Amino acid sequence: MDARRDSKPTPTKSGTTVERKSERELVVTRTINGPARIVFEAWTKPELFKRWWVPKSFGLSLLSCEMDVRVGGAYRLVFSHPASPEPMAFFGKYSEVTPHSRLVWTNDEGGEGGAVTTVTFEERGAETLVVMHDLYPSKEALDGAIASGSTGGFSETFEQLDELLITLGASAGRS
Amino acid sequence: MVQYSRARLDASFAALSDATRRGVLEQLGRSDASITDLAVKFHMTLTGMKKHVGVLEQAGLVTTEKVGRVRTCKLGTRRLEEETAWLESYRQLWDSRFIELDKVVEELKRKEKTDGREKRQ
Repeated sequence: MDARRDSKPTPTKSGTTVERKSERELVVTRTINGPARIVFEAWTKPELFKRWWVPKSFGLSLLSCEMDVRVGGAYRLVFSHPASPEPMAFFGKYSEVTPHSRLVWTNDEGGEGGAVTTVTFEERGAETLVVMHDLYPSKEALDGAIASGSTGGFSETFEQLDELLITLGASAGRS
Repeated sequence: MVQYSRARLDASFAALSDATRRGVLEQLGRSDASITDLAVKFHMTLTGMKKHVGVLEQAGLVTTEKVGRVRTCKLGTRRLEEETAWLESYRQLWDSRFIELDKVVEELKRKEKTDGREKRQ
């Protein structure tokens, strides 16, 4: 009965997985075609980082990007979105910087409910496995982030799912 | 408590694959009901209805609460389905980021190769 492991997240075509590992943890993984040295560079040099962190397809634009990548150094990213009258700032501090293998930073914009993000870069031949791990201070903090859609959630998707459930429920009642 | 979104989604679809269970959801969408009420409405034994409600409960689509001797059932879909949808949209965001990151990494690799060649010459 248990031939299939349900806990395995389904990768997309390009191989990105997202998983709620526990009540307090969120994990994103992806393999990048390149050595860890180069991938790490793209995560730590602001001029490179800002080219990929804000996908154009999401309607966001990056107004400013400051990154002081060293232990205790601060970062600050400011975005604008047509739907938001005020620019949105994301900021925190780097607490671990291990060249080519590991980055840890805090997410302080949400006050005490902010997650600690750990990114590891693991070289496998010519590729690098990137694992991004968000640890929230409590189950309520992660539930709250999800409920507010604050980490990139989009309410249209929820509404579509709600509609699907209602349709399924309604058609069933008549049969 | 099921931890993984994929397992949750599977459980939801399994729960929704049965006509009686979909009927129960529709019924609960109108008003909360006890297992006894539902058994009567769907012409089933109490045991049979308990099983259906159990499947819906495991999928997070229904929650039940026992008050005195009566177990009341209500819809419990929202939070769970929102989480599944949120995880999917979060994955799309990261997918888009990584596709852009691929381009940056490709460019750096090419640059490194060219620079290396220049040094050797």
